[in-house]
Amino acid sequence: MPPPRVYKTEAIVLRQRKLGEADKIITLYTPNFGKLEAVAKGVRRPKSRLAGHLEVLTYTSAMLAQGRNLDVVTQAQAIESFASLRDDLHRLSRALYAAEVVDRFSPEGAESYHIFQLLLGTLRRLAAGAAADIVLRYFEMQLLNLAGFQPQMQHCLGCRKPLTPVPNYFSPAAGGVLCPSCGSGTASSRPLSVSALKVMRLLQQGAIGDVLRVRIGSSLAREVEFHLRVYVIHVLERDVRSVAFIDRLRREGVGEPVGVPD
Amino acid sequence: MRDITPSAAAPVVRLIEEFHKLPGVGPKSAQRLTYYLLRAPQEEAQALAQAILEVKEKITFCSVCQNVTDSDPCLICEDSQRDRSVICVVEEPLDILALERTRSYHGLYHVLNGVISPMDGVGPEDLKVEELLERLKGGAVQEVILATNPNLEGEATSMYLNRLLRPLGLRVTRLARGLPTGADLEYADDLTLSQALEGRQEVS
Repeated sequence: MPPPRVYKTEAIVLRQRKLGEADKIITLYTPNFGKLEAVAKGVRRPKSRLAGHLEVLTYTSAMLAQGRNLDVVTQAQAIESFASLRDDLHRLSRALYAAEVVDRFSPEGAESYHIFQLLLGTLRRLAAGAAADIVLRYFEMQLLNLAGFQPQMQHCLGCRKPLTPVPNYFSPAAGGVLCPSCGSGTASSRPLSVSALKVMRLLQQGAIGDVLRVRIGSSLAREVEFHLRVYVIHVLERDVRSVAFIDRLRREGVGEPVGVPD
Repeated sequence: MRDITPSAAAPVVRLIEEFHKLPGVGPKSAQRLTYYLLRAPQEEAQALAQAILEVKEKITFCSVCQNVTDSDPCLICEDSQRDRSVICVVEEPLDILALERTRSYHGLYHVLNGVISPMDGVGPEDLKVEELLERLKGGAVQEVILATNPNLEGEATSMYLNRLLRPLGLRVTRLARGLPTGADLEYADDLTLSQALEGRQEVS
């Protein structure tokens, strides 16, 4: 059903870009209309009544009017602005990654209620101070499920046999795990440790409460991050730009908490 | 563009197209500007062309503060009246114009020429951060004012710079955030309002 001429929606602001003298084009993610772009007029002026309610990563309630090309935001009221995300580079970089991935995964107007809830939950968890990287892994895995790219983690995609607790291979091109005999030698597959497989199964099927309770050493965390990143990029067929910033912060140790030792 | 003005002479179409590339100039404005210049006296068109060329030929970036300038170092960096112990870090050269209009800042500037924007792939390495650190090595600078925009990207940039500058033992400050003059409390967002509350000041 096309939205009526003036309509109200909740939304998470994914990104903004400048338009003309004082306007911006805002990319919104809504529970009912999916991703949509709208013009926010005058938000680059200091006295704008909208600007603070339409900052990136704000959960907001907005009134929009259909325009000739793009819809126009007429009113907005922030519901949650996630202030604690904004003064912590470490969490902020993860939240921006989540927003970018949702943006890239979603064609405009695609149905979106569950993805919206997933993104909102992820931002809340990041803002509340949960372990940022595991929150992000859960987000990636659940998003892949919702978008229809659930990786196969139960049996080998080559010989269809159930996976045994030995080092296997993860292949983005195949869409999941390959057993040692099917996976060795195939170009795109990378070794997958037994622990990483267990963590990824938990991310895929577990509740967030269980996921947040597991303690993962930093080298295992890096392995899972690597596999999921490569898979996400494989599915999107393009780079996720905010990854570079996360890596840079980690390299420089700027804003990073001390990791759990192995 | 071509399909809008198929019957115009080739040089006219070309000028319309060039104007159309400029920010904020739509197809109609581009046509209007072109036909205005067609009727304008020769000297006026010459002066415009000359001015454009001069800007491109003579203007460079100041090797000290990275502002746009026609002399290197720029006028502000050269000015002996200015306070050399303070550097105000801004995103764009235009921000300097805004700060200079206030006439209440007399220190030096540093232009980052951008802002950290992870989603657009712009990281610290794309900004003039190294140049800033280089300037601070002399030890003459005692305070750095972070004057990036109070939006997500500007805040991220300030936080990042703060982490780099803190260990140097300088005073690092950030422009105050809160309510603009002439604003309505009713329309203020929670974040701005709570920042305004935090930064409240004794009425003197």
